[in-house]
Amino acid sequence: MEKDDYEVVIGLEVHAELSTKTKIFCSCKTEFGADPNTHICPVCMALPGALPVLNEKVVEYAVKAGLATNCSIEKNSKNDRKNYFYPDLPKSYQISQYDKPLCNNGYIEIEDDNGNTKKVRILRIHIEEDAGKLNHNEFGVGSLVDLNRSGVPLIEIVSEPDIRSEAEADRYLKKLKSILQYVEVSDCKMQEGSFRADVNVSVHKKGEPLGTRTEMKNMNSFKSISRAIEYEKNRQIEELEKGNSIIQETLRWDDLEGKTFSMRNKEEAEDYRYFPEPDLVAIKLSEEYIENIRKDLPEMPESRRDRYINKLGLSEKDSKNITSSKFLSDLFEKAGEISGNYKAVCNWINSDIARILNEKEIDPEQIKFSAENLADLIKLIDNGTISTSIAKKVLDELFENPRKPEEIIKEKGWIQISDESQIKEVVKKVLEENEQSVQDYKAGKDRALGYLVGQAMKQTKGKANPKMLNEMFLEELKK
Amino acid sequence: MEDITRLTVHELKSKLDKKEITPKEIVKSYINRINEKEKDVGAFVTLNLEDAEKEAIACDEEKEKKEYSGIPIGIKDNLCTKGVKTTCSSKMLENFVSPYDATVVKKLKENGIISLGKLNMDEFAMGSSTENSRIHVTRNPWNLNKVPGGSSGGSAAAVAADLVPWALGSDTGGSIRQPASLCGVVGLKPTYGLVSRYGLVAFASSLDQVGPITKDVTDSAILLNIIAGHDEKDSTSYNREKEDYTKNLNKSIKGIKIGVPKEFFGEGINKEVKEKLEEAIETYKKLGAIVEETSLDVAKMSLAAYYIIACAEASSNLGRFDGIRYGYRAKEYNSLKELYVNSRTEGFGEEVKRRIILGTYVLSSGYYDAYYKKAQKVRTVIKEKFNTAFNKYDVLLTPVSPTTAFNIGEKCNNPLEMYLADICTVSINIAGVPAISIPCGVDKKDMPIGMQLIGNRFEEGKILNAAYAFEQEIKFREKYKPDFRKE
Repeated sequence: MEKDDYEVVIGLEVHAELSTKTKIFCSCKTEFGADPNTHICPVCMALPGALPVLNEKVVEYAVKAGLATNCSIEKNSKNDRKNYFYPDLPKSYQISQYDKPLCNNGYIEIEDDNGNTKKVRILRIHIEEDAGKLNHNEFGVGSLVDLNRSGVPLIEIVSEPDIRSEAEADRYLKKLKSILQYVEVSDCKMQEGSFRADVNVSVHKKGEPLGTRTEMKNMNSFKSISRAIEYEKNRQIEELEKGNSIIQETLRWDDLEGKTFSMRNKEEAEDYRYFPEPDLVAIKLSEEYIENIRKDLPEMPESRRDRYINKLGLSEKDSKNITSSKFLSDLFEKAGEISGNYKAVCNWINSDIARILNEKEIDPEQIKFSAENLADLIKLIDNGTISTSIAKKVLDELFENPRKPEEIIKEKGWIQISDESQIKEVVKKVLEENEQSVQDYKAGKDRALGYLVGQAMKQTKGKANPKMLNEMFLEELKK
Repeated sequence: MEDITRLTVHELKSKLDKKEITPKEIVKSYINRINEKEKDVGAFVTLNLEDAEKEAIACDEEKEKKEYSGIPIGIKDNLCTKGVKTTCSSKMLENFVSPYDATVVKKLKENGIISLGKLNMDEFAMGSSTENSRIHVTRNPWNLNKVPGGSSGGSAAAVAADLVPWALGSDTGGSIRQPASLCGVVGLKPTYGLVSRYGLVAFASSLDQVGPITKDVTDSAILLNIIAGHDEKDSTSYNREKEDYTKNLNKSIKGIKIGVPKEFFGEGINKEVKEKLEEAIETYKKLGAIVEETSLDVAKMSLAAYYIIACAEASSNLGRFDGIRYGYRAKEYNSLKELYVNSRTEGFGEEVKRRIILGTYVLSSGYYDAYYKKAQKVRTVIKEKFNTAFNKYDVLLTPVSPTTAFNIGEKCNNPLEMYLADICTVSINIAGVPAISIPCGVDKKDMPIGMQLIGNRFEEGKILNAAYAFEQEIKFREKYKPDFRKE
């Protein structure tokens, strides 16, 4: 099989829940995690006679997203009905946008696999409502529907098929997520389903026309998306190499099996019978309205990056890492301001915090401690109350059960020993117990000092002031 | 007590104001009348008499009276009423109780108006005879073997039979005006957007309007005053200054220009209907109006466009009746698909299913452009034609129904012939303009004939005044009265 002869073409349709306080067509709350069917009314339950009224904030948020992704904004837009039957869709139609989406023809920039900047074009962004949620056998036997999510506003961001690898897809999604967070239109909490993607994949031999695509719907983890694309790419190449053709179909990705399964093919595809929503009036936006939103767009990552480099003296790499997530960037700015030590905050975020996020496989937004907590931690190091190694333990604790760092160290008895006589005692004891190391050091083996300091740390459970410890050993060894 | 139910609302109101009668007496009279005549007419789906009596007693004791405290009403059964069944005369909603009031119902309550019950209709307002009701038939009080028209047949029959002093109906393609015409009462379809649709169970969203069915024109203006106005819950309702529609009712109609579009008098319009309309034209001339024949060639294209647009919207609007959350659910099913199919097959009647299928078809990919999109273009043309007509005329005068009331069962098996009953009324909904149906006489068999006056958008005042002047002149109500005969 000549894998390298093939090119994979990926298009992504991202659904992001907008973080408006109320739903798109009624004034019910959008809040996640409430008891089933507590944020509902005649409108989002689709009771007979109820009518939708468009939440203007939804239009504003979608325009913001459009401007932040370099789209042109449609001044004469409208809503359409997408008709299909499913128990989580109480009206049996979804109010969406068909031929006049709010935003058209944008792009975002990502790094391609060779490290060059690449534009991924955005075909359109439109507004629509989310459906309810089915609970299967969660409350006794049978399926029950929870309509709290029914009518939560979504934007659907449709990319052109410009993406050429799973790594690019990953970078595109992460960039898009970060943009939506920077313009504060969506919290993009993937684990709550507020940022999810439909993934279209096709392969073709280089230089030949595009192949038939398959679609995987409603994927909500970056890792699964990458794996699914990789799997699907290989599967399609294998099929083609066997002389088979690719069927245009909707697939389901099974994360446990690491495979895709057929859901329905093109013949079974639904005819959604789109038509203009007669219960709503056209959406007309003035130039002034659009310009006002443009003017009030929050500071974007590129601008923050420049500021970090030029005003705060961060390296380009560090700035880039921090601004890749709005949450981390906000954390950095706030903790830096409180502690007055931007450099230290930067180091903590880019080393230990990044490591823990990675180990735990969680998103920065899932960090539960506050910027104050991080700033306090840094202050405690700066004023010598704790050592860096203790601080790392405090950080672990902050991830587990966030509270004031002072409380943590008090509770755990982690306050640094900076008392000279106490440290001297430990040093003497270690020197007595490690005759061999002392001789090694004196014989010119500098490394022996490190071992001795380590032993002293062990005895004090890491609480000894490392600087004082070092100095005192040197002093004693000179004798 | 008998006489009370013959009174119009403005007459009742003046007696109430003079303390000549009490709300309790009024409601009691209606209860007696209903007990006597409802079995012949069958206008109601749900009667609310016990509660109505209690409310009337409460009105008697009220210190601060609301504007129309103690005046009863009947409400078409597709308007949501909190705590009282709203069936749309369908098996699908046979036991459905809305947890909220339609905006118009809320307005009635705020004015102290008491509901006597919910009125029969064609299922989901689809039909022109009320024979499509899945609850029972409603009979025309002028001849119990004949239909009352539809879809607001229960509302028109109840007003004609003095079972209620006035009623609310809804009109998507003639559903207020045609039954009003067939029952010899006054029916007004307001400008699209003048009255809130919130709580009106949707048939065709871009055409539906709620309106009054009353004994006379003054009551029509009064009820319109009560129900008109912007509603933030209905995006398609207009935000404009409130008008008093009763204010100009005595104004002279001297010099107003009335256009008579000849196309509305063509093939299929019954000779006696034409004759009465011609008499009406003479009456208007006598009253000093300038009446001219004109051309408004919209009737045929309107009917085609109407059945495409209305069915398309209905096919989507009625999707929510799927047996999942409320309404009828089939007893037997083995899969989700079967639950849907069986519930909808059993829950909906033939006409409703016919329209859902038509609507689904015209929206299907591959057919959308040829039907739905084309119908929308035709709609634009129709609007322009009406605009042109209203550049020249204040009011247009046409028949309402091609014939007087037909026999029960006569057109049941011929849907196309039934659709033709709407030929004079549907273009008005397509154009979104207001129109009123008022009685202008009876045929040889003493069945009432209606006349339609059409106005420009938001010019309800003009058509109400033109109707009022005519009504004062011919005094229909003094000359004719339904006699509940069977022949």
